[in-house]
Amino acid sequence: MQTKKSAPKSKKEEEIIIQLKEVHKIYDMGESKVHALDSLDLKIHKGEFVAIMGPSGSGKSTAMNLVGSLDIPTKGAIYLDHHNIADLHESDLAQIRGKKIGFIFQQFNLIPNLTAKENVMLPMLFQGISREEREDKAEELLKLVELEDRMDHYPKQLSGGQQQRVAIARALSNDPEVILADEPTGNLDTHTGEIVMEFLSKLNKQGKTIIMVTHSPELAQKHARIVYWLKDGKLEKITRKK
Amino acid sequence: MKIDYFFIALKNLRRRGLRSWLTLLGVVIGIIAVVSLISLGDGLKMAVNSQFGISTTEVITVQAGGISGYGPPGSGAVNPVTIKDAEAIEKLDKVQYTIPRRVKSLELEYNNKLVIGFGTDVPEGEKEKFMYSTVDITAKSGRLLQDGDTNKIVIGHDLADTTKNGFDKPLSVGDNLKVNGKDYRIVGILEKKGSFIWDKIVLIKSPEMKSLLNLNDDVNIIAVKVISKDLMAQAKLDIENLMRKRRNVKIGHEDFQVSTPEAELATVNSILTGIQIFIALIAGISIFVGAVGIVNTMTTSVLERTKEIGIMKAIGAKNSDVFFQFFIEAGMLGLVGGIIGVSIGALIGFAGTQGINSFIGSQSPFNINWILILATLVGSFVIGSISGIAPAMKAANMNPVEALRK
Repeated sequence: MQTKKSAPKSKKEEEIIIQLKEVHKIYDMGESKVHALDSLDLKIHKGEFVAIMGPSGSGKSTAMNLVGSLDIPTKGAIYLDHHNIADLHESDLAQIRGKKIGFIFQQFNLIPNLTAKENVMLPMLFQGISREEREDKAEELLKLVELEDRMDHYPKQLSGGQQQRVAIARALSNDPEVILADEPTGNLDTHTGEIVMEFLSKLNKQGKTIIMVTHSPELAQKHARIVYWLKDGKLEKITRKK
Repeated sequence: MKIDYFFIALKNLRRRGLRSWLTLLGVVIGIIAVVSLISLGDGLKMAVNSQFGISTTEVITVQAGGISGYGPPGSGAVNPVTIKDAEAIEKLDKVQYTIPRRVKSLELEYNNKLVIGFGTDVPEGEKEKFMYSTVDITAKSGRLLQDGDTNKIVIGHDLADTTKNGFDKPLSVGDNLKVNGKDYRIVGILEKKGSFIWDKIVLIKSPEMKSLLNLNDDVNIIAVKVISKDLMAQAKLDIENLMRKRRNVKIGHEDFQVSTPEAELATVNSILTGIQIFIALIAGISIFVGAVGIVNTMTTSVLERTKEIGIMKAIGAKNSDVFFQFFIEAGMLGLVGGIIGVSIGALIGFAGTQGINSFIGSQSPFNINWILILATLVGSFVIGSISGIAPAMKAANMNPVEALRK
């Protein structure tokens, strides 16, 4: 799917897929202002497995929204595949988001009145892909997450673990470079959580960049090679797996 | 590609609760009114027009009182028109001739059953032919009356029909029917005319009726044949002047009525048009209420599905995609209302036409107007989608982060 290469850059820079430069996010709550992110710098390279760690209120959710280009910073710049997202028009941003990033949520967030297969097909619809191609791709991806016998089930007919696997299949449907997982195991028991994490690890080995937001140090350190520790909207430390 | 939005919209509609279907009631009622009104209105006009039973347009009718029409009432009116009036009118230069006519109720007896029917007289000589062509009657079996026919009658179509005549026995040419106690032989049966008077009429020669009922010079109606169609309006004025003079009344205080068939039809049609406008108004109001209902249910739906909108945006839906999704859904909601409304409306139109037909004995066909149906369905989709614009815009402009937090 990666057809377009940007103009030649240094090798190191070319590998950066998402970059946050001195990013501030301030929420105006009327009387007071909440400084959710305070001059955050972040570089995510292609093919990495990154965890963004921190207790609640640390700004990690805000960071995830910005990394996922769902939100724009109050100050600072965010580059997604070398585009400054602040410069992009809403529809271009949606297009890039749909193509480059696959979201996995803690709440699974499947559309309740669409079947597993239709849920997986939906992101491709927004990219203007033909129905046949969408169907083929959705079936292929549901096989990959071992749900080929659940394709026509509705979300409420599936267990939590199955729903999250459908969500993974959906996240992969446009062949994105980045998988952004927000507490992917937060609503699952340990065992099914492990299965989901195995899928993510497998995808990472196949070359996908994985960004996982979590409050669990255990999970972060077990799977991610780089962990960004946030505290009070600032980067506290970076740890790397040897 | 956009066709997929219709599929998704359909799925979304299927899971909707009773509440959102109830808001469609306005659209449904409005469309029922429109469809049944149009199909019924056409039938009604045809039925009413056929009641007049006059096919020649150069005929002016003169009758006493202010009652229009051809019916038997009027004979008891204050100052009836008479044969003398007819003779005076005939002397006007724009008038070819006149036919004084009587419509009387008669006691008909057959198979030991007594039925009250209408009889009208057939004039003598040249005027006989004129009368037949004016009211446009032909014999289905047997023949029409001729000069010199004594003790002979011709009866309307339904009077021969055992299911409609009340005698529990069919009548045919050659049978004897007792009219006011006297036996008459049936020499002819008329073609069905689709008019409740004409299909149950008893035709009887003028002298015969006069002696049978012991009548004086009073008549119910004077049919006036004008020399040419172009002179209709002038002839009408002349007749009115003459009648005012003869009856000694002032303009505006006429106790008689001079009317042309066209004018009578125009009066009836204008009443029907008035009714149609009134129902159209009701239809318009209920469609408006229905549209507000769609706005309401779509707004609720957008609020309920805020999270879904957030998800759609996160997985790459543009604002326009979200807008289109809700826009189509509102249109489909309207379309469902349209389909229900058209179905019920067509049924009412059909039942109504049948009802009118059996009530007044007319034979108006029920036509399904496909263009009307198609236009109504397209219209209901458009009304729905227009109602969906504001809610869909609200959905489209949601901030994805806030929407996902719900």
